[in-house]
Amino acid sequence: MSTEYALKMTGIAKEYYGNRVLKGVDLFVKPGEIHALMGENGAGKSTLMNILFGMPVIHSTGGFEGTVEINGEPANINTPQAAMHYGIGMVHQEFMLIPGFTVRENIKVGREITKPNLVSRIFGKKLETLDVDAMADDAQKALDMIGLDIEEYTQVAGMPIGYMQFVEIAREIDKTGIQLLVFDEPTAVLTESEAERLLGIMKLLASKGIAIIFITHRLDEVMAVADSLTVLRDGEFVVRKDIKDTNVVEIAELMIGRKVEKLVEDTEDNRTLNDNDIALEIRDFHVDMPGERVKGLNLDVRKGEILGIGGLAGQGKIGIPNGIMGLYKATGTVKAFGKELNLGRLGEALNNKIAFVSEDRRGVGLLLNNSIEENISFSAMQVKGKFLKGPLKLYDAAEAKKHALDMIKLFDIRCTGPQQDAGALSGGNQQKVCLARAVTLDPDILIVSEPTRGIDIGAKKLVLEHLVKLNREEGKTIIVVSSELVELRSLCDRIAIIFDGKLGAIMAPDDSDANYGLAMGGSKIGGGEDE
Amino acid sequence: MNNNSVKDRILTTLGNNKVVVLFVLLCIAAIWASGSPLTFVGGELFTRIGRNGFTVLALLIPVLAGMGLNFGITIGAVAAQFAMFWVIYWGFTGLSGWLLALVLATPIAMFLGYLVGALFNRMKGSEMIAGLVLGYFADGIYQFIFLFVIGGIIPMSEASGMIINGGVGVKNTIDLTGNLKYALDNVSMLNLALVAFIVAIVVAIARVVLASRKGEKPNYKQSLILAVVAVVLYALTYVPAIEHFLAADRLRLMNAVMIALAAVVIKQLIDIVVFKLGKAKRDYKVKKSIALIIVCAIFYALTYIPAIEQVLMWVSIPVATYLAIVALCFFNSWLLRTRLGQDMRTVGQSRTVANAAGINVDRTRIIAMVLSTVLACWGQLIYLQNIGTFSTYGAHTQVGQFAIAALLVGGASVRKATNKQAIIGVILFHTLFIVAPQAGKELFNNAQLGEYFRVFVAYGVIAVSLAMHAWKTIPKKKEEEKTEETTETPAITEA
Amino acid sequence: MNNGGIKKMVDSIGLPRLIITGFFIILLIAAAPLGLSIPALLGDCIRRWGMYGILVLAMVPAVQCGIGLNFGISLGIVSGLLGALVTIEMKIANPWAAMFLAMAIGTVLASLIGIGYGFLLNRLKGSEMTVSTYVGFSIIAFMNIMWLSLPFKSGEIIWPLGGQGMRNTINLASSFGEVLNNTAGFYIGSDLFIPTGLIIFFLLMCLVVYLFMRSKIGMAMSSAGANPAFARSTGINVDKMRILGTAVSTALAAIGIITYAQSYGFLQLYNAPLMMGFHCVAAVLIGGATVSRAKISHVLIGTFLFQGILAVALPVVNKILPESNLSDIIRIIISNGIILYALSKTKGGRGSE
Repeated sequence: MSTEYALKMTGIAKEYYGNRVLKGVDLFVKPGEIHALMGENGAGKSTLMNILFGMPVIHSTGGFEGTVEINGEPANINTPQAAMHYGIGMVHQEFMLIPGFTVRENIKVGREITKPNLVSRIFGKKLETLDVDAMADDAQKALDMIGLDIEEYTQVAGMPIGYMQFVEIAREIDKTGIQLLVFDEPTAVLTESEAERLLGIMKLLASKGIAIIFITHRLDEVMAVADSLTVLRDGEFVVRKDIKDTNVVEIAELMIGRKVEKLVEDTEDNRTLNDNDIALEIRDFHVDMPGERVKGLNLDVRKGEILGIGGLAGQGKIGIPNGIMGLYKATGTVKAFGKELNLGRLGEALNNKIAFVSEDRRGVGLLLNNSIEENISFSAMQVKGKFLKGPLKLYDAAEAKKHALDMIKLFDIRCTGPQQDAGALSGGNQQKVCLARAVTLDPDILIVSEPTRGIDIGAKKLVLEHLVKLNREEGKTIIVVSSELVELRSLCDRIAIIFDGKLGAIMAPDDSDANYGLAMGGSKIGGGEDE
Repeated sequence: MNNNSVKDRILTTLGNNKVVVLFVLLCIAAIWASGSPLTFVGGELFTRIGRNGFTVLALLIPVLAGMGLNFGITIGAVAAQFAMFWVIYWGFTGLSGWLLALVLATPIAMFLGYLVGALFNRMKGSEMIAGLVLGYFADGIYQFIFLFVIGGIIPMSEASGMIINGGVGVKNTIDLTGNLKYALDNVSMLNLALVAFIVAIVVAIARVVLASRKGEKPNYKQSLILAVVAVVLYALTYVPAIEHFLAADRLRLMNAVMIALAAVVIKQLIDIVVFKLGKAKRDYKVKKSIALIIVCAIFYALTYIPAIEQVLMWVSIPVATYLAIVALCFFNSWLLRTRLGQDMRTVGQSRTVANAAGINVDRTRIIAMVLSTVLACWGQLIYLQNIGTFSTYGAHTQVGQFAIAALLVGGASVRKATNKQAIIGVILFHTLFIVAPQAGKELFNNAQLGEYFRVFVAYGVIAVSLAMHAWKTIPKKKEEEKTEETTETPAITEA
Repeated sequence: MNNGGIKKMVDSIGLPRLIITGFFIILLIAAAPLGLSIPALLGDCIRRWGMYGILVLAMVPAVQCGIGLNFGISLGIVSGLLGALVTIEMKIANPWAAMFLAMAIGTVLASLIGIGYGFLLNRLKGSEMTVSTYVGFSIIAFMNIMWLSLPFKSGEIIWPLGGQGMRNTINLASSFGEVLNNTAGFYIGSDLFIPTGLIIFFLLMCLVVYLFMRSKIGMAMSSAGANPAFARSTGINVDKMRILGTAVSTALAAIGIITYAQSYGFLQLYNAPLMMGFHCVAAVLIGGATVSRAKISHVLIGTFLFQGILAVALPVVNKILPESNLSDIIRIIISNGIILYALSKTKGGRGSE
């Protein structure tokens, strides 16, 4: 009870444009303690960290509620500089390092030690001479502290990825009076041995009295190094526990929680699914998509089913459709209705009646400066030669417009007309345009990636219901890739959880929360899988 | 990687300096084909180095700050010509007139440089094309001012002989003979010595005064030594023999080489002594000093080769102008060792990291542009006083093109440029310029061909360099992790 | 009308276009009291419109396929010049045959060069404009050497009296000079000449490009320029489309320079086409194009405004300030000003981090 906390965030709440993303969260961290911060994607972890670091995105959207105390003193952190002043540091997931610089230069970037000279006395501090020796000493000290055996004058370019992470850590340590260090999924890019080493360094730092917040999805790592943990779910504080009082299964259950939300009404189902009637057969599938690598996936999709693909961000679920469509380099075998696809050829999947609605709506999914009509008709025109007329095969605007009007009605796309630019639509309506384009292709297999990301609840329901309709009424095989477990569980026949680029488990929609949590966290403990 | 054989190392060095090697060969071939005497080529070359060296060096800072090759230095040149026009119009002559032009042009160049920097901040990533177009745009404004505003709006006296008959617009050529020609070149070494003496004394005093005003304990000893050395050296200039030697404003190249070699050797000897006393910097290596001394000895031996000796004895260089170039080299490398220079490097490497590290990216970029524009402006002032007469509407148009081509010929790239590359580039590029027409005449009986060839070289080398830069950057962006190729660091290393 | 409405209108037309249109009208109004013949000026505008139109049209496929403003149309221009030189050398008497042969040779050459150039630009995504400017300059400088040394024999082409190389300007009177201009050309009143053939040919080329852009492959090309990721996801080979666009653009430039030369009556070699790329870029930008979007209407409007200003400014300024080259200065300021404006508009937000 008498322990003083290094960091005490109490009753933190935050609203983005009326959307409450944090609803009274507490986060207490003791000095010298490794505290795991856990939760699904979108649980509010990053918002909480943004608040801790005084990021402009918080303060330009009206600030937050609640109090922050550092070492028992109320702290007012409204800029990143202020956070630095309070001794709070962050080890970034994507490295903030300059490859062409030496380790020393990277550690000291923006905080160079200088000596005054005659010119600087007249023209200002910017012209002070760099004190290379002093900086080298500091850098070496920081490197020694984390036991990294490299020279401060080594160039960062060419170092192993793991070392780069350590240089980042050294930079944070080098900042004077560092008290609290945040590690944001630090092991995601590391090899196993590097990750082990990193965990060792975290323990070492903690033993020197630095408080550490450890954000991760890997349950085994939490069990290995953390002293305590806080679980967030949907922006709500769930629990703060000491690690010794809990176990993996409990943590997993806490993270997922039971969400009662019926997104799709039950409809008449007279399909017959057959394990031998395979629409899409995926074997030893690798996709080289940065941040979402697939590393040897085996998966069968039955004809006529709705298959969900879930998993945490970065585990590779997004890479699967992008690889199948030929958008990223992929190897392995993919057979559509028994016919093997040539993965190297662009448009191969499209020609085999597989359509894809991308997760990156604005980047990949739409021609933002073109009309709705062109967006809807474009793929079918290019792939199947629809909407072309005359001997010169010119674009048939009249036909395209007619079809676009049908689609606008069918999907209830809210727009001023088929001539409106797709870029001017709201997220939900843009998604409907993307879906309309895919449907226009009349595919046998429809892959939809993150169908409801960033769209309002009304549009969400409509999009999901339409997917079910396509499946039930037109017999289309549908694959839904989504980060939203609720969505998958209310829609799909089976859900494949992807972990570390491979198939983690295939679950039934009504499997227990704990099992989902374990599968997503990559833990092999426990059982209960139905298939 | 120390077990590379000598052959491998030579091959890699050659491979890394492909452009330079190519142009060295091209120059040798062109000199040989032109049949021009070496003394002629040497004389012309050293005139041109003095004329153009400063401007080429003015390009380095924007490269450092990641803004690429500054095609916008035309704007600095425009400021210089504007100031020079007025100075001549008002009838000032000699060094004082030239310095007045400098004082007048600098604030204009600073202001314009600020505007250019602000504009470039709106076009990050396309600074080069923007700089090029901006140069043309500035040319239009300049023409408008010189043809219509001067005389049309500002009443001008035709008596100066610089105004077109009718009183509106400036004549096509501005003649500097008798007013500003050789204003800087003709400064005698004696006067330079006086300036150096005064500067040394002022510095010695300023150090003490400024340090004590900041409440620090001034280093009296250092300042005293500086002052004493200055006094002693200056007293030496009163020795008749030395005084006679220093009274000249041109220095025979042979003497210049000897002085430079002696200076290097003395510096290295001092370093070695300091090292023996155990006070050297930690990264100091005796081997390097000894190697440098040996190189100096080789150079000294080379001066005994008759052909080289002849050139060295024949050519003489304007001391003040060359000193300005050397000073700029030192400035460039000094800047690198300041916080500002480090900020520029950081910004040049990654604006994201610079931002995160609390560096004001936009401001740093603007400072780089202001510096570059001002230096280019000074470079143009040096160029004009040396050439002695200039075309009012043409002198500035090719400044950027030729300076950039020269820098690239020296082996620089969009991301990396050093003092050394600038100097080598000026030498190679202008050698080609001097001999190409003659070579064309000898080889194809057509001097025009050589003329066109050198223009082609200027454009071609820029095109190839830009293409190679883009070529390299794209795969780098795609596979960030694969850092096999040595990442180029924008850096100005000492020549 | 309220302020919001005016602002909206200015936004939709674009401030620079508004200024330039205003300037054009002021020049026209100023011409009358100076005793200049307005019909003659208008006639000149129309002639220049047709003369430069196809060169400007060459920007459309380039911009649409994603390589941006093609400062490198010099490649097409020199191809066209070569084609014309070959036909002169062959001494083809029929002006139509001469012109079409020149165009055919020029187009084939330009397409081949354009394909190679497209391959180069595919390696340089993101820096196309900077590189293409200098590739354009380099090719002109290189061709200067060629003009001096290519083995053409015709007396029309090379300098008389044992001079070396080709002439700076080559008279087309005995070849295809003004063949389009004079076809069905007529006068309205005494001063306003309408070069019907030229205008029809220009509009015909616009129609061809328009149809091309509406075809399946043309639309695929546009999508590759507008959103490469989108195009890829629809199975379109973006690199191929960029090469196609570059080749079409270069070929159009070859046809454009021949049209230009026949209207002018002379073939201009050496440094004459050096800055032509800049003028074409400026024209299409004035018409309302951006670095990433260009339409036929931008070509039609932009060429008319840009060339119109030059056509009107020259005599007007000469009346006010005789023997000055103010119109040249106006050209420099307008053309480079508009390019700068376009660059600052499109790159403004990007890369701020």
